[in-house]
Amino acid sequence: MASITSESFKTGFLPTWCPGCGDYGIWTALKIALAKLGIGPDDALLVYGIGCHGNMYDWMRTYAFEGLHGRALPVAQGAKVANHKLPVICVCGDGDCLGEGGNHFIHAAKRNPNVTVLIHDNQVYGLTTGQASPTAKPGFKTKSTPDGVTDEPINPLTLALTAGATFVARGFAGDIPGLSELIVQAISHKGFSVLDMLQPCVTFDKVHTYAWYRSRLYKLEQPENKIRAIEKAMEWGDKIPLGVLYKEEKPTSEDREPALEKSTLVESSLDVADLPLLLSEFK
Amino acid sequence: MLQSVTLKIGGEAGFGILSSGTMLARAFARVGYHVFATNEYPSLIRGGHNVITVRIATTPFTSLNRDVHILVALNKETIDLHKEELGAGAVVVYDPKDGQVDGGLSIPLTEIIRTNNGEQVMRNTVALGACVAILGAEFEVLASVIRDQFAKKGAEVVNHNLEIARAGYDEAKKLNRESMKLAPGEKKGEQLVINGSEALGVGAVRAGLKFAAIYPMTPINSLITFLADHAKSLNLVYKQPEDETAGINMAIGASVAGVRSMVATSGGGFALQVEGLSLAGMIEAPLVIDMGMRAGPATGMPTWTEQGELRFVISAGHGEFARIVLAPSDAREAYALTIHAFNLADRYQVPVFILTDKYLNESLWCISEEHFKGDVVIDRGKLVKKEDLPTDDSFKRYQFTQDGVSPRSLPGMPHGQYFANSYEHDETGHVAEAADKRVAMAKKRLAKFVAIQKDIMKPVVYGEESADITFVTWGTSRGPLQEAIKGKSANIVHFPWLYPFPGEATIELLGKAKRIIDVEQNGTGQLASLIREHTGIEIKEKILKFNGRPFFPDEIWRQ
Repeated sequence: MASITSESFKTGFLPTWCPGCGDYGIWTALKIALAKLGIGPDDALLVYGIGCHGNMYDWMRTYAFEGLHGRALPVAQGAKVANHKLPVICVCGDGDCLGEGGNHFIHAAKRNPNVTVLIHDNQVYGLTTGQASPTAKPGFKTKSTPDGVTDEPINPLTLALTAGATFVARGFAGDIPGLSELIVQAISHKGFSVLDMLQPCVTFDKVHTYAWYRSRLYKLEQPENKIRAIEKAMEWGDKIPLGVLYKEEKPTSEDREPALEKSTLVESSLDVADLPLLLSEFK
Repeated sequence: MLQSVTLKIGGEAGFGILSSGTMLARAFARVGYHVFATNEYPSLIRGGHNVITVRIATTPFTSLNRDVHILVALNKETIDLHKEELGAGAVVVYDPKDGQVDGGLSIPLTEIIRTNNGEQVMRNTVALGACVAILGAEFEVLASVIRDQFAKKGAEVVNHNLEIARAGYDEAKKLNRESMKLAPGEKKGEQLVINGSEALGVGAVRAGLKFAAIYPMTPINSLITFLADHAKSLNLVYKQPEDETAGINMAIGASVAGVRSMVATSGGGFALQVEGLSLAGMIEAPLVIDMGMRAGPATGMPTWTEQGELRFVISAGHGEFARIVLAPSDAREAYALTIHAFNLADRYQVPVFILTDKYLNESLWCISEEHFKGDVVIDRGKLVKKEDLPTDDSFKRYQFTQDGVSPRSLPGMPHGQYFANSYEHDETGHVAEAADKRVAMAKKRLAKFVAIQKDIMKPVVYGEESADITFVTWGTSRGPLQEAIKGKSANIVHFPWLYPFPGEATIELLGKAKRIIDVEQNGTGQLASLIREHTGIEIKEKILKFNGRPFFPDEIWRQ
């Protein structure tokens, strides 16, 4: 079999994202990461949300599930249970994963499935032409907040940390080598791995530009304990940390299912092993 | 001696009312009687009035009757609430501490508990002993069930319960009331006493169910218990999702990854699953949905039965796509139709509903064990094998076909890559919004309506072919109707398959009918409207009940 490269994922379709969109960097980093991990088009399931990010499946040739807005994580968990040997990666948006799907995000973290979630975090709903997303920072003016956002923003990192995610990291769409390395680590982690990916929306956000981010971002040395990780996750403003904030080994939700000990569900026998015993309970 | 007896056991919630009824039904089923039990309770855990009705008969039957022969009152409220239901010569078993009941059978439940060092919750065990004596059965009939019921708790608990039951038995024997003696039963094979949810669960696991994501909701909770208890031995995963929306999306994810999966819920939970239903329709994922109806709208009366969601499941979901709706009328059909549902879901790659109700799910039915032991044929439809996929990557998941059903690969299969796409798409799953492509793919999906026709189950006729009155009904209303038409010039046209609607067969059956009466447990006659929509036949006479209680046979003629 030919070795896997970024070229392996070509579909023949070209991206429809705005020129300069952070999605390009994320897409490129993801292809590099998959190639590095030896995961080809037939080897993994990518589950996308609905939003600009979600359109990626059309120019990214893998088994893909483009479901409903906000529902990527439940789909991913169902697929993972059915075939826990299959790498399952969620490509989500901030509105998708933290707004419509916020409850799914919390509960996925608490279960710790061996699923990776890559959150495109640009503070806006791009596909619906520029309303505030749940991560939008106070004061940010959008089509739905003409006088500026007044609500507290959702912090995907602290939310993931407190809900029980076992790998929590932040990357930047403008740093393809760094981001692809973080994606490799997130996918390699056994457990629920959350990677928040900061990205500028060049069309609807004139504040958080590449330059805005670059002047503030700095790289963390190594992951720390959960309390320190939460402190780091709350840093925002003049200095914004990038890298792996937290990492721990814990049994995954698949590890805790006795039915998955011997084989995957999809490969297991459909017969009831001891029907008379099962029926005897009702006598 | 009696051929059929109806007992009602009532008391405060938390006093083991349901388990008393279950033990009584099981005890008599073991020695060859036909039994049925159904519970009524408010949506509470403690306090409030609980009651279970148990019918025991020497021959098979399909419904409860209104008249109660033995009322077991574990508190005074039970007597006040149910005295109107007592038939001629009925016996009221009561605790003298609740006061005197004229003509009743005073069994000192509390006193017996006290002298035997028992706890208050064991009063029902005393009462069970008394019931068995009143019915003229040997104590061993009850003892065998007590031994099994408490086996896990150890010999001491078993013996204590036996002693207490025996004391109730002896006390009732002393009073020598023979009027409620049952004629002997005839054992013709093993009978199971199983509720509708459990029968559906056995059907699901026999069909190869591997994954279920079910958020708790009355009336499908005992399906959760069944699946969770057996997940290990049956090699399946039950997951409790954070909400019903997550549940249906998890089940769809598991289905796309290749395993037979299901959800179960009630109307309110299903309302949250409607967008997921549409997704399953669009990406053509096989899915089984157990929709357990209860009295709505909104939270309604959560623990009471109704058939109000036929129209809802038929029209739920944005956009147009095929689905199948099956509606079992008892636990026997729940088992068989569930197996069928999984095959249909795979064959047509569509969502399939098993439309059940509280009365079906939570009542205990008596069914021959043999029924659950038959061979099961599993049809996975056009699921491809790894080795059948073309190595040039030309596989098309949504290939245009005559019947609208395309070959299906599973993620991870080499050369089977595709996009399961909620957006309109082409044969590979790529997004497609061009007018011609849209129409072609929409037509492919809708072609399933035609393809499914060949599997449509015709309505079933009960009773004589030509009768003066033809009742049309669906779901659990069938049982009471069947008892009601005994000895009358009437028959029943019952619909176990409701959608796509069996129009032609219905025209054939109802075309000959002299007088048609629609019988449903809802306020609008949803089946009648469906019949009119698909056949042009307007049914003007309707017997509709929507007070949360199932039909009694005598109500049919009273209306």
